[in-house]
Amino acid sequence: MELAFFYFLLLGFAILMYVVLDGFDLGLGILYPWFDDESQRDHMMRSISHVWDGNETWLVFGGVVLFAAFPVAYGAILSTLYVPIMIMLIALIFRGVAFEYRFKAHRSKPWWDLAFAVGSSVAAFCQGLMLGSLVQGVDSDAIDGSSLNWLSPFSVLTAFSVMAGYALLASCYLAMKSRGEIRDRAARLGRRLVVAVLIAMALVSLWTLVEAPEIRARWFDGYHLLLLSPLPLLSLGAGWLLFHDLGGKQHEQRPFFLAVALFVLGFAGLVVGLFPYLVPRQLTFMQAQAPVSSLEFLLPGVLIFVPLICAYTFWGYRIFSGKVEDFEEGY
Amino acid sequence: MELDAALLSRLQFAFTVSFHILFPSVTIGLATFIAIWEGLWLKTRNPVYLQLAKFWIKPFAITFGMGVVSGIVLSYEFGTNFSEFSRITGAVLGPLMAYEVLTAFFLEAGFLGVMLFGWQRVSERMHFFATCIVALGTWISAFWIIVANSWMQTPAGYEIVDGVFQVASWPEVIFNPSMPYRLAHMLLAALITGTFVVAGVCAYYLLRRKYQPMARKGFSMALWFALVLTPLQAFIGDMHGLNVKEHQPIKLAAMEGIWPETETGAPLLLFALPSKADETNHFEIAVPHLASLILTHELDGDLQGLKSVPPEDRPPVAVVFFSFRIMVGLGVLMIAVALYGLWLRRGDRLYSSPLLLRVCTLLTPAGVVATVAGWYVVEVGRQPWLVHGLVRTMDVVSPLPAERVLFSLSLFLITYSLLLGVYLYFMRKLIRKGPPDFASLPEQLIGTHAPGYALAWVKQLDAHEKVH
Repeated sequence: MELAFFYFLLLGFAILMYVVLDGFDLGLGILYPWFDDESQRDHMMRSISHVWDGNETWLVFGGVVLFAAFPVAYGAILSTLYVPIMIMLIALIFRGVAFEYRFKAHRSKPWWDLAFAVGSSVAAFCQGLMLGSLVQGVDSDAIDGSSLNWLSPFSVLTAFSVMAGYALLASCYLAMKSRGEIRDRAARLGRRLVVAVLIAMALVSLWTLVEAPEIRARWFDGYHLLLLSPLPLLSLGAGWLLFHDLGGKQHEQRPFFLAVALFVLGFAGLVVGLFPYLVPRQLTFMQAQAPVSSLEFLLPGVLIFVPLICAYTFWGYRIFSGKVEDFEEGY
Repeated sequence: MELDAALLSRLQFAFTVSFHILFPSVTIGLATFIAIWEGLWLKTRNPVYLQLAKFWIKPFAITFGMGVVSGIVLSYEFGTNFSEFSRITGAVLGPLMAYEVLTAFFLEAGFLGVMLFGWQRVSERMHFFATCIVALGTWISAFWIIVANSWMQTPAGYEIVDGVFQVASWPEVIFNPSMPYRLAHMLLAALITGTFVVAGVCAYYLLRRKYQPMARKGFSMALWFALVLTPLQAFIGDMHGLNVKEHQPIKLAAMEGIWPETETGAPLLLFALPSKADETNHFEIAVPHLASLILTHELDGDLQGLKSVPPEDRPPVAVVFFSFRIMVGLGVLMIAVALYGLWLRRGDRLYSSPLLLRVCTLLTPAGVVATVAGWYVVEVGRQPWLVHGLVRTMDVVSPLPAERVLFSLSLFLITYSLLLGVYLYFMRKLIRKGPPDFASLPEQLIGTHAPGYALAWVKQLDAHEKVH
C-alpha cells in the first residue's frame, strides 16, 4: 500500500512539474499571435530555447512512471486516448524542431513561426482534451471506430482552460524575462488571462460538482467543505494578487510564482476529486500497481535521482537567470 | 480490403522507431567527439580544436533535437498501440525505462542548454563539463535501452504470475545473456557512425580545398578512430553472432539463409534469394563450409536451420538475410577505408588522395545505414516473438479500430518525410556554410562573447538595481 501510494504521489509530482514547466513554454506558442514583430519573436524563442528540452522530459518521465508503477493503467489510458495523444505527439514534434530550425532559417522563418505557434497550441489543446476525458471517466472497454469518447463539451471546456492556463504562465514568464514593450504587453495579456483562468477554474469545478455525485459528496459531506475551502479561497486570493502585481512593476518574479501557485491549487482540487482513482470509477492506483519487486527496484533510483535532477535543473535556470539580453547568441 | 489494425500498429512502430534511431546513432558519436575536441582545446589552446567543436555543435544540435522529438513518440507508443504488451511486461520494462529517463534523459536535457547556449554564461571549464555530461548521458541512455531490448531477445530473471511477467532477479534481468555483446556492438556502431560523418564532411572540405587546417585535423582524427574501432567492431560482431547462435538459432538461420533442419558444413552465402514458399534459396553464390567455420570453428560444424521450426515460428527471412549483408558489406568497406588511410599516411598522401577523399565523402552515411540495417536484423529476426519464445507480437497489440491506426500512421508518414527532408536541407546548409572563420575565433573569447560574460552582466544589473 505505502509503496503504491508513494508512486501515486510521484506520478502527481511528475505531472505537476510537466504542466508548470512545459506549460510556460507551450504557452509562449499560444501567445505568439499577439507578438507579430520578428525581433519580439526572436526574444521569446531565446528565452526558452535552453529549457524546452528539459521541460518536455517531464512528459516522458510521467509516461514511464505510469508504465513502471501502474502498467495496467498505462495501457488502458493511453490506448483509449489514442487520437488526442497522437495529435499531441505530432504537434510537439513540429514545435520542438521549430526551435532548432527557426534560428538557422531565412526564407522559411514564417513557416517555423507557424509550426511553433500552431504546434504549441494544438499540443496544449490535446492535453486539455485528455484531462477532460480522464475526469469524466474514459470507458476503456468500449473502444470502437466511431466512439469519440475524448471529445465532449466538457473536454472542450477543459481544453480551452488548459490553453488559458499555459498562456497565463507564459505571460508571467515573459514579463520576468524581458523589458520595455514586450514586458508591458505580456503583463497586459497576463491580466486578462488571470480573469479567464479564474472563470475557467470555476466553470470546470461547478460542472464536475453538478455531473458527478461522488465528487459532490466529497466536497459537501460533513465537515469536508470546511477542510477543503482553502483551495478555492486561496485560488481567488492568488488570482487577485496576480492581477494586482501585473498592473505594476515592483515585482519581477512574484507574478510567475503566483501563476504556478494557481496551477498547484487547481491540481490539488483535481486530486481531491479523483483520489484514489487513476481511471475514475474503474481503476484505482492500488488495483493498477506493479508487483512489489518492480516498485522496490525503482525506489532507490527515484530517491537519489529526482532530488539530483531538481538540483541541476535549478542550477540550469540560475545560469540563465535574469533578462534575456540581445547580445546573447546561440551556439 | 479489410484493414488489419495489428499489422498497422506494427508498421507504425517499425516506422517510428526506424526514424528515431537515425538520430541517436549520430549524436552518441558526435557528442563524444565534441567533448574530446573541447578538452583538447582547453589543454593545447590550439584554435583548430575550438573551430571543430564550434562547427560540429550545430549539426549535433539539430540531430539531437530530431532525436528528442521522435523519441517522445516511442515512450507513448508502447501504451497506445501495444497496451496488452505494456500490461504483461510493464513490471520488467517499465522500471528499466524509468531508470533511463532518470539517469540519462534528464541529464542530457539539463546540460544541453548550457552546452548549446551557455558559451556566454559559464566559464570554459564549466562548458567543457556540460559537454562531457551530455556525452555521458547519451552513453547511459544507450545502456538502458539496450538492457530493455536485450531482455526481450534473451529473457532472464523473470517469473510469470497470472500471465504477467514479474521480476525474480534484477541482476539477471539487467545482465541478461545477450546484453553485454549488444551494448558493445551498439556503442561501437554509434561511435563509428559519428566517425564516418566527421570523416565524410572533412573529406568534402579537403576535396574543395576549404577550411584546410580544421578539415585535416578532423579527417586525420576520424581515420585514426576508424582504424581502431572498425576491426574491433568486426570482432565484437562475431562474438555477438555466436551469442545469437546460442540463444536465437532461428534468427541466425535467417541471417545466414540456412533452410535444412540441420546443415553440416554450412556454406557462407555471399548472395542468394531466399524463398519462403519453396523453403530454399535461389541463385546462391557461396563459399563452402565458411559459415560453419566462422560460427562453430569447425569445417563440418552443424548449424540449426529454419525448417527445424514450423513456418509460423520463422521470421521474414529475406529482410533479415539482406539487412545482414548490407551491414556486413558496409563494415568490410569501412575497415578497408581505414586501412587504406593508414597506408596513405606514409608520404603524407592522406589529405591529397582524391580516391580516399571521394570514397569517404560517399561513406558519410555509411555508419547510419549499417546501424539501421543491423537493427533490422535484430528486430525483424526476432519475429514472430516480441519476448523471445514467450510473447508473440500479434497477441499483444491494442484492440484499436484499424482506421484510427491508419490515421496516425498516415500522420507520421507525412510528418517524418517532411522532417527528414528539412533535416537534410539544414544539414547541407550548415555544411556549406562551414565553421566559424578562423580569424574570428579569438573574438569569440572577448567582450560580450567572453565566457561567463552574460551571467556576470545579469548579476551586475541585479546589484545595480538593489542599490537604487
